[in-house]
Formats: sequence, C-alpha cells, structure tokens
Amino acid sequence: MLGEGIIKGMAETARNFVGSYVTKDRLTTVQYPEERLPQHQAARNFPFLVFDGKDPELGLRCVACQICEKECPPQCIYIVKSKDKKPDHIGKPQFYPAVFDIDTSVCMSCQICVEVCPFEAIKMDTEYELSTTDRFDQLLMRKADLAKSNEYYQQIHPTEASEVDARLNAEKAKAEAKAKAEAEAKAKAAALKAAAPQAAPLAGKT
Amino acid sequence: MSNALDQIFVTLKHAIVAWFPASWQGLVSALITVAAIIAVFAGLFALTTILERKGLGRIQNRLGPNRVGPFGLLQPVADGLKAMTKEDIVPRAADHIVHFLAPLALVVPVFLALAVVPIGRNMAAIDIDAGLLFFFAVGAATELSVFMAGWSSRNKYSLLGAMRAIAQMISYEVPLILSAVTVVMMVGSLSPVKIVAAQAPDGWMPGWHLFTPWGFAGFLLFLTAATAESNRSPFDLPEGESEIIAGYYIEYSGFKFALFFLGEYIGLFAVSGLAITLFLGGWHAPFAFLEWVPSYAWFFGKLLGLIALFIWIRGTLPRLRMDQLMNFAWKFMLPMSLVNLVTAGVWHFMGAGVARWLVCGVLVAGPYFVLGRSLFEGQKLSKRTYRYAD
Amino acid sequence: MTASFAIIGLLTIAGATAAMSLRNLVHCALALTVAFAGLAALYLQLDAQFVGFAQILVYVGAVAILIVFAVLLTRSSETPGASRLTRAGIWGVAIAVVVFGLLTAMISSSPAVRHPAPPIPAATVRDIGNQLMTKYILPLEIIGLLLTAALIGAVIIAMPEKEAE
Repeated sequence: MLGEGIIKGMAETARNFVGSYVTKDRLTTVQYPEERLPQHQAARNFPFLVFDGKDPELGLRCVACQICEKECPPQCIYIVKSKDKKPDHIGKPQFYPAVFDIDTSVCMSCQICVEVCPFEAIKMDTEYELSTTDRFDQLLMRKADLAKSNEYYQQIHPTEASEVDARLNAEKAKAEAKAKAEAEAKAKAAALKAAAPQAAPLAGKT
Repeated sequence: MSNALDQIFVTLKHAIVAWFPASWQGLVSALITVAAIIAVFAGLFALTTILERKGLGRIQNRLGPNRVGPFGLLQPVADGLKAMTKEDIVPRAADHIVHFLAPLALVVPVFLALAVVPIGRNMAAIDIDAGLLFFFAVGAATELSVFMAGWSSRNKYSLLGAMRAIAQMISYEVPLILSAVTVVMMVGSLSPVKIVAAQAPDGWMPGWHLFTPWGFAGFLLFLTAATAESNRSPFDLPEGESEIIAGYYIEYSGFKFALFFLGEYIGLFAVSGLAITLFLGGWHAPFAFLEWVPSYAWFFGKLLGLIALFIWIRGTLPRLRMDQLMNFAWKFMLPMSLVNLVTAGVWHFMGAGVARWLVCGVLVAGPYFVLGRSLFEGQKLSKRTYRYAD
Repeated sequence: MTASFAIIGLLTIAGATAAMSLRNLVHCALALTVAFAGLAALYLQLDAQFVGFAQILVYVGAVAILIVFAVLLTRSSETPGASRLTRAGIWGVAIAVVVFGLLTAMISSSPAVRHPAPPIPAATVRDIGNQLMTKYILPLEIIGLLLTAALIGAVIIAMPEKEAE
C-alpha cells in the first residue's frame, strides 16, 4: 500500500525522538569539552618515557641507546647521551639521556620507537589535547614533559603495562637470583680457598 | 470572561486606534495589524528554526544546538547576527538589479498571503470575499522570485535549480488548488472567514472538514502539495545541499540568504495556516465544550502541530528525485484530487447518515489503492541479497 | 482621476515601455510582469476582485513564467540590440503618437464620457459562478475543451518517441 513505508518510517523516527529523552543509547552525543569519550586500550597518540618509582630522573628506564632515534622515520627524536652513569632497575649502571626531545609537529605516531626499544622505556601515550599557541617552541616536548610514571602507564594501557611489569620483574628476579647464586658461589669459593691453603701445602709436600 | 480573553487583541487594537483622530484611524489600524503580523510570524520563524534543529537532532540521535542560550534557545539571535554581519557577495557577472530584487519578490508576497488567514475570532487582517483566490494568486507570485534568483546569478547550477524548482512548484500547484476547491465547493464561499465559520463544532460532533472522508483525503493531498510548494524535504531537490549545493540561492550570502530562508518559512506558515483554515477548523475547537480556550490559542496550537509534523517528515523521508516528484504530482495527486472533488459532491448530495460515509470512504480509498499500485509498477523492488567474500 | 489611478497607470505604462525598450530579454519579461501587476491593480481599483486576483494568478503566476521559460529555452546569444534611434524607430513612435491622439479624440467626444457613469453592478464571485453555470455555460465548456486539446497536444509533443520498428 502506498504510504505504508512512510508510516513505518515515521514511527521509527518518533521512537528515536522520544527515546532520546528516555534512554541513553538513543542519544549518543558526547559534549566535548565537558565530557570526553574514554580512550580504547590500544589507542595511541604520542610517545612518552616511562620511569619507575617516584623520581623521574633516577627511575627513568631509558639508557640513551639511541635506537629509537635511528629508527624513527621522520627523525623527530633528538637524544644527547649523558657523560656519567646511573643504576637501572636491575642495578647495573647505565647511561641516561641528558637531552631527549621529540617534536610533536613531526611525530606521526607510527609506534616504531616503541617497537624497537629493548628497555621498555618509551611507550605510546593517549593524550591528544596537545594544542599550543606557539608553532615552534611549545611543540617540542623535552625530557621533563615526556617522563611519566609507571603508574600512569598502568592506568592507560593496563594489559600491556602488566605484561611489561611481569617481564621486568622476571628479569629482575633472574638477575637477583643470578647475583645470589654468584654470591653464594663466591662465598663457597672463598670458603674453599680459606680451607684450601691448609690442604695445599700438604698436597704440595708429598 | 473567556470571551474577553478571546478578543483581547482586538479590543487592544481598538483602544489604541481610538487614541488617534478620525482621519488617521484607518492608517493606524492597518499599521498596527501589519506590525502585529510581522512581529508574530517573524518571532515564530525564529522559534521554528531552533525547534527544527533541535527536533531533527533528537530524531537523529544527537542534541541540537545547545550552547547559545538555555537549551540553545538564543540560537536564532546568533544566526540573525551572523546573517546581518556577513559580507554580501554578488558575483561580478550577475545581474545586479534582478539579484537584488529576488529576495524581496519572495518575502513580500508571502507576507501578503498571511493577511487573509484568520488567526482568531475576528482576527483576519483582511476579510475579502475572494480571500482564497488572493492567497493562491499571491502564492503564484513567489515562483517568479525563484526564477529571478536562479537566473540572475549567471550560474549554470543555479539556473538548473531554479528551473527544477519552478517545474516542481507549478506541478504541485494544481493538486493544491484542487484540494482547496473541494472545500470551497462544500462551504460555498471563497472567504476564509466563512470557511472557518462553517466548521463550528456541533455539541459532540467536530465540525472540522478533517473528519469527513473527502476532507481527510483533501487534507493529506493539500499537505503533500504544500510541502512541495515550500520546497521542503522530501521535495527539496531544488535546494538540496548534496545534490546541487544550494540550488537557486547558491550565489546569495548574508542577509539576502536569510531573507530567502525567512521567505520559505513564512510561506510554510502561510500555507499551514491555510490548511488549518480549510481542513482543521481554523480557530475552532474540535468539541463545543472546549470552546473556552481562546481562538488564537487553538490556531497557534494547530500551527505548531503542523510545524512539528513537517519537521517529523523532514527527519524521516529521503529526498525524492525529480522524475519521481513529477510522476507523483501528475500521475497520483492530480487524479486523486479530481476523485476527491467527485467524492465531495457525492457526500453533499447523499443525505446525512452512515451510507454516505461508506460510499465516500470507498470512493476515496479505492482509487488510492489502485493509483498507489500503479506508482509501484516498473520498479524492481526485490529484496537485496548480498554476497560476501569468503 | 484619483491619485491612485494615476500612480497605477504610470506604473503599468512604465512597465510596458520598459518591456518594449530594454535590451536584455529577461529584463523585458520581468518588466512585462510589472505591467501585468499594474493591470491587476487597476482591476482591483474598479472593485473587480475576481478578475484582479485571477489576473495575478494566471498572468503573473503562469504566463510570465511561460514567457521566461520560452526566452530561456530558445536563448539567442546575449548581444544587445542595435540603437533604437533608427528611421524605422522614429516612424514607429510618430505613428504611435498619431494613433493615441486619434483614440483620445474619439473617446473624449463619445457619448460614454458625457453621461454620468451608471452604478457599478456588484459582481461577487458567487454571481460570476452563477452566470458561468447558467448563461455562459457553452463558452465555459468550449474553453474547457480547448484547454484539454492544448494539454493533450503538449503531452504528445513531450512524450518520448516510440522506437522505429
């Protein structure tokens, strides 16, 4: 019948209209500055440096190996290695970056720096409100702006962060176990050596 | 008491006019009426723009504008300021005089058309015998403005849009006038005031023409033709944004564009007002015991209802193509209007009773189904099957 | 000869003159529309409501649109016409002045002007309708037939041609 489709269509629109006042899923607007959509776990926008613990300088995982600087396709990372070393999460002394700059206007969020970093030091942030009023200076993120804590990392990418933490903790445990084994072996060797000088002259005399 | 409330505007006008000396009174009375009509309907235009945007937004699962005032109600103010301060660009090759006169040629006739619509009891600005003829004559003058706008812009697409718009408006004028003629035939007068008076409620029986078979069919035909006359969705091909950018008002900016917009909406109000007058009982209540509500309140309530209906239809239906439009007008609406005319005659000559309801109902519904089926033939409307890549 | 008659008459004459003398064809069509509107105003001034509104409805609403469509669809190039001050133009104006003088002389010396005007019969739409349906029914039907013939002719011309077998 002519007009049947029209009536059905009008019923559907009326349902939408009334439903938009009553149910939430018929009004999908997110009023931006006041409300924000929660980001997906796999979202990425711009890299940041992870630090463990409380101190952004001491806990920084980056050892200035400069692999990300070399691998970055638009070459937006600028690293200057430090002259001295500081201990990393295992305890081994490592270099650290004295200068670590990323240019926001050049970075294309390809995540290659994250993929190649052997130290889980640089990860992708989900922060997108990075507009500034200055085209040059304020678009350059320095080490202080880039360093964010591991707790923040766990907040934005929980699954990834827990995997990374598990791996790092395993490494740490392995290193500690190795150190303990070495210490024990050294202690045993020292003990043996302490016991050996008395046995050796006897062995040498005969 | 209710009578005083009903006639409050009329008494107010008489009081103001009585202040002036006798030789000035005619002019002052006319000026007051004109100022009142312009103020009320321009205010209604502002309200309708915001209602439309918010209504369409809610239909489309989103909020409408809500930044400018509480719930976005001051948005028309922002729009008006924008229109007034935008630069008025006229193309160098355009015909300046005609380009300038086109918006005027739209706005003046539609405001004139509002003069014969009775807004309340004793509240028609002009009460002439041939009021309905005046309305249609003035409505026909708006087509000229469409042509002037399209041609003066010296733009191929503008001209194309104007031609299509005029073809559409001319085609739909015939069912529009024929539906109105049905009512004129039954009432016996061309004056809107008398047509409203003929729809007075009668105890428990509503006297509206809507509640008769020919009136119902006539109302639907009139409303469809009115939608097409005001170039409103789903008949807005001439001004569709995705089809032909803005059609015949591509080259207009700033205040002239706002005038076109105003003219379209006021045209919509005028033709809705006429639909209310002809079919919905004008300022009468449906039942006699509801007559205590003031007459203008009924009129504006019905007008807002019709506006809501137009917004609803706009949010629901996709745009009709030009050939679908013309087919619909000439092959469906024109025969239906003629059948409606015959039905009205049959209704009049059979006495009151159940028999005439049945006969007229069949007379209206039969051709509707037959003509409707004929519109569908030649279309391949099978269910679509999709093949997905494996 | 009231002020309103003078104004409306001047408007009509100006429109008609512009329609003859403007260069751009579409401008001429629009000026003709002004002349039609002036005529409608004259009818209304004589209290002939039906004829006045029908003039607007038919002439301004339909005939003017028809003229502009015709101008557009058979559009010649936009060249403006040559100067009007040719010999033929001057002769034309002279003849028009002579004819106008003759007509004025004839009308002003006719008996119609000397006697007072008879009372205007009220011609409401109802009366016109009555007359159309009783006294003038034959012309009405013939006009209807004529319009139907025109409509059928238009449809036949616009119909797509059948493919040659």
